[in-house]
Amino acid sequence: MNVINIENLSFGYIPARAILHDVHLSIQEGEYITMIGPNGVGKSTLLKCLNRIIKGFQGSIKIFEKDIERYSQKELGQLIGYVPQVREEIFPFTVEEFVFMGRYPYRKPFSGTMARDRKIVEEILRKTELASLAYEPVNHLSGGEQQKVYLAAALAQQPKILLLDEPTAHLDPKHHAAIQNMVVRMAKEEGITILHVTHDLHYISQNSQKVVALKERRVFAVGAPSEVLNCEILQELYGTRFVRVFDPKLNKSFVIPEAEA
Amino acid sequence: MIVASLPKHSTKKIILSSLLVVTVFVLIFSPFFGSTPLALKDIFSATEGKRELDIFWQMRVPRVILAFCAGAIFSMSGMVFQAIFRNPLVSPFTLGVSAGASLGASIYIASGFSFYLLGLSGLSIFSLLGAGFSIILVWFLAQLPATRSMTKLLLAGVVISFFFMSLILFIQYLSGLYQSFRITRWLMGSIYVFGYEEVSQVFPLAIVGLLIIWYFAQELNLLTTGEEIALSRGVDVHGLVKVLFFLISLMIGSIVSVCGPVAFVGIMVPHMGRLMVGTDHRYLTMTTFLFGGIFLVVCDTLARTIIAPAEIPVGIITAILGGPFFFWLLFEQRKG
Repeated sequence: MNVINIENLSFGYIPARAILHDVHLSIQEGEYITMIGPNGVGKSTLLKCLNRIIKGFQGSIKIFEKDIERYSQKELGQLIGYVPQVREEIFPFTVEEFVFMGRYPYRKPFSGTMARDRKIVEEILRKTELASLAYEPVNHLSGGEQQKVYLAAALAQQPKILLLDEPTAHLDPKHHAAIQNMVVRMAKEEGITILHVTHDLHYISQNSQKVVALKERRVFAVGAPSEVLNCEILQELYGTRFVRVFDPKLNKSFVIPEAEA
Repeated sequence: MIVASLPKHSTKKIILSSLLVVTVFVLIFSPFFGSTPLALKDIFSATEGKRELDIFWQMRVPRVILAFCAGAIFSMSGMVFQAIFRNPLVSPFTLGVSAGASLGASIYIASGFSFYLLGLSGLSIFSLLGAGFSIILVWFLAQLPATRSMTKLLLAGVVISFFFMSLILFIQYLSGLYQSFRITRWLMGSIYVFGYEEVSQVFPLAIVGLLIIWYFAQELNLLTTGEEIALSRGVDVHGLVKVLFFLISLMIGSIVSVCGPVAFVGIMVPHMGRLMVGTDHRYLTMTTFLFGGIFLVVCDTLARTIIAPAEIPVGIITAILGGPFFFWLLFEQRKG
């Protein structure tokens, strides 16, 4: 089944300057999709159209074969989780409070802390290794820990689809790996369909099943990592030179940007 | 930010219950203080028509209730605006509603009219009109594509506010010494009532406001984390902001028309609330409501006793008393 089906999608904050133009994309249930492309090419914009953070686009988006316009915002909240890059919280919540907010699409006004929601939040805090930090203000955590909190809150939505917008940018290699392993594990365990925007080519070739490359407002290439991640395509995509290197330990080769002499 | 460690749910419940006890205590005892001190026996053993009875039931009690409602409304409004705009410096006066009300009041005072209509003083009517006018103006600006972003709406409100304040200064400059003095006094904000006319208008507003804001507690939490996250978790942000914006404007317009723009309460009490129970609006709303109410009742009690038999406008007391209290809370938190 098509979880996401995008047809003729165009959008621009100013009509004359389109950010996305005539984008077509369909995503199957349980797929792990990564989206690559130069900065400013509309990757984030595309994600934001999918959970209606952005309205007023042209074309059609179907989620589980139902037009996105026919969902309420709350229904979308039950289906789609969203993890942006961490920013500073103006008024700090505790980790537990922040993750608990992920339960919002299932909750009713005035309801206290329902046992079911509590249980789900506790389990997620445990799985994301945040249990010991539950009563810390989010602002007091390191960047890597904060990113885990954002991920945990999105998981508390128990989504069928998870949208990740460069969640590992700015993180050190250890936290980078920790977050990504967590995502991969969750995707497998819960059968979540994942759409992940990243610049980490190495990671993509290891974990994702399909790569979507955006260039100049539209889909430039779609395919398995082995097909898309070659020097010619990447060179054309990013406008910089790439080389293939061989890792004898993994017995695999990777494409990396060529160092300038 | 300013929070060192945030309390657990059980601690928050204890804080909230103690606040409730303090509220009851303050509400019962403050009517006995004033330029004419009253004792319990004056009230309960008094015969009909005695002067003390009138002071107690016609002046002090309605005044205390009004002060409580005003404090609660200012504080809750500030809390909601700070959450919507994700900005700790926003007050309920930021969007120009109170400046509009003040402009209306200034025009009335400068014109030298004096009339009553449907039980409302001309001053209240003019300031309500001024508030209404500024609400319509900000509302109109909010519909423009250019002010879709919260920051631009905020700036538009600030500009309207300054524009109205300049007009007020202009009116003050043109009017006579007596009128100018009265305008200045009005701008300081003071709570002065006789009977229950104003209370009967403001009390329901405070309660309805509390219930509506409490109803949206979870949505306010999510708005605080940012518009995009709120949308992604399923909050209908634009509809919600419109409802809250309208509610707050209505509350502020009405309360300012009764007691003027009382300073400090609306911007600082929400922060005091956050220092006590954290940012979770399921607790913060009630905390802010109660503490804002208590705070203004205490300030107003001081306002009428410090230099008795004369009275100080309560707007002068709020920052003098509230400032040091805020610092104390801040440092208490840092230690703990």
